[in-house]
Amino acid sequence: MKKRSFITIILILVLALMTACSNSKTSNAKEEDSANSIGSGKKADLILATTTSTQDSGLLDVLIPVFEKETDYNVKTVAVGTGQALEMGSRGEADVLLVHAPEAEEKIVESGDAINRQKVMFNDFIIAGPAEDPAGIKGSTAGEALTSILDSGAVFVSRGDNSGTHKKELELWKGENLDPKQHKAYIETGQGMGSSLQIAAEKKGYILTDRATYLAQRDSLAGYEILVEDDESLLNIYHVMQVNPGKHERVNKEGAKAFVDFMLKKETKETISQFGKDEYGEPLFFLFE
Amino acid sequence: MMELLFEGLIKAFEMIISGDPEIVEITLRTLRVSMTAILVSTLLGLPAGMLLGLARFPGRKLILVLINIGMGLPPVVAGLWITIFLWRSGPLGDLSLLYTPAAIVIAQTLVSLPIVTGLTATAFQQIDEKMILQIKALGATRWQLVWILMKEARLAILAAIIAGFGRVVAEVGAAMMVGGNISGETRILTTSIVMEVSKGNFDIALALSFIIMAIAFLITFCLTFLQQRKRPE
Repeated sequence: MKKRSFITIILILVLALMTACSNSKTSNAKEEDSANSIGSGKKADLILATTTSTQDSGLLDVLIPVFEKETDYNVKTVAVGTGQALEMGSRGEADVLLVHAPEAEEKIVESGDAINRQKVMFNDFIIAGPAEDPAGIKGSTAGEALTSILDSGAVFVSRGDNSGTHKKELELWKGENLDPKQHKAYIETGQGMGSSLQIAAEKKGYILTDRATYLAQRDSLAGYEILVEDDESLLNIYHVMQVNPGKHERVNKEGAKAFVDFMLKKETKETISQFGKDEYGEPLFFLFE
Repeated sequence: MMELLFEGLIKAFEMIISGDPEIVEITLRTLRVSMTAILVSTLLGLPAGMLLGLARFPGRKLILVLINIGMGLPPVVAGLWITIFLWRSGPLGDLSLLYTPAAIVIAQTLVSLPIVTGLTATAFQQIDEKMILQIKALGATRWQLVWILMKEARLAILAAIIAGFGRVVAEVGAAMMVGGNISGETRILTTSIVMEVSKGNFDIALALSFIIMAIAFLITFCLTFLQQRKRPE
């Protein structure tokens, strides 16, 4: 009878293999069907490297399905920090980039790795912190606020991941000639905006965040509020750009071009400017007109 | 906290009962990917472990050492290496496997294969050589011998598969890196839990954690049941 139990095991393994294979077959077939119904062969993949803020705020969940419906591309959204997104671009590992670090973006355009860089939208960074506001920064400018935070010895949480937000933060410290790394209460998380916000709220620390992610997470951040906003130095601008097909031959040139055009279309802009109004009572992103 | 746990549990039931298409899809993909990975690991690791456990050849000890080191291979390291190999500019770039479920299967196989192989090898090493001699003396063919020894090591082989499956289903770092957590394509339960936590949706994350625990429990339960089954005389 030993034999029977052993055969059962083998049968289960074989069955698992069959389901594993058949499932992937059916899903492939489905993909092909949907592609065929649009009238072309298999959908070409388009790799979009973008920042965590566009994904965590939910904007891409609204835009990507529309783009996929209108065109014949299958978008693979890889949401990473802007630093990594730009690196993927300069290695030719992505086809199109949607990022927010103007200075670093200019470099990758200059190096010839990216072309067709276009302004898409903006929102702003804010400095958020515990409602008790131990450093007393409420209502001050961004520069003053950072100085008071350091002086008071209050906790400041930094992304520390080379993302667009992190680059912005470093730029602000530099503008005030301050070196936060000397301070014990300066924490670098090395994580995305959402996780960093959670850590900041838990540690009752201050943080520089984009408004969209903050609003999207407001409910889970008890006792936390916006303390500094509407400062010109806190503008957060998003650009879209194609990875240069002349330099990286495997790039999906047509798809990238189509995505840039899509982001600049009137209907898309309308969607962007309306996004968030229902849920948060205010839009999360603004247009340049 | 109890409230949050409770909310998560309720949410998990809601998601399962309402058949939320996204959750169903993510769960099925997780099952498919993990099952394929553990299956490949078993199909490769079982014969390899058997060979290492029974045969004697030069370099065998070195291979065993490497496999034992591989058991502790951090998944993110595996993920990083696979990413570099699968890059468009990498040596396997032509296959366009990066950010596909296949890439996750490769990563999970890489981290579970040493466990299955190593534990299987140990199991076969423990078999008494006299028994092998005896079976041979009774005139068993090579395949009959293999079959009898496999039955003999049945418990340990299943333990190896269970351990390998645990590694596969718990894996998140490599799946995130090589899969990219792409919605509708490579999002699996572990990576969506990480994402929902970073979005601040703790209730959804908790609900997903109940689903993945249920899957791990069910499969491990079945395997253990098979392993511990009494042999009716």
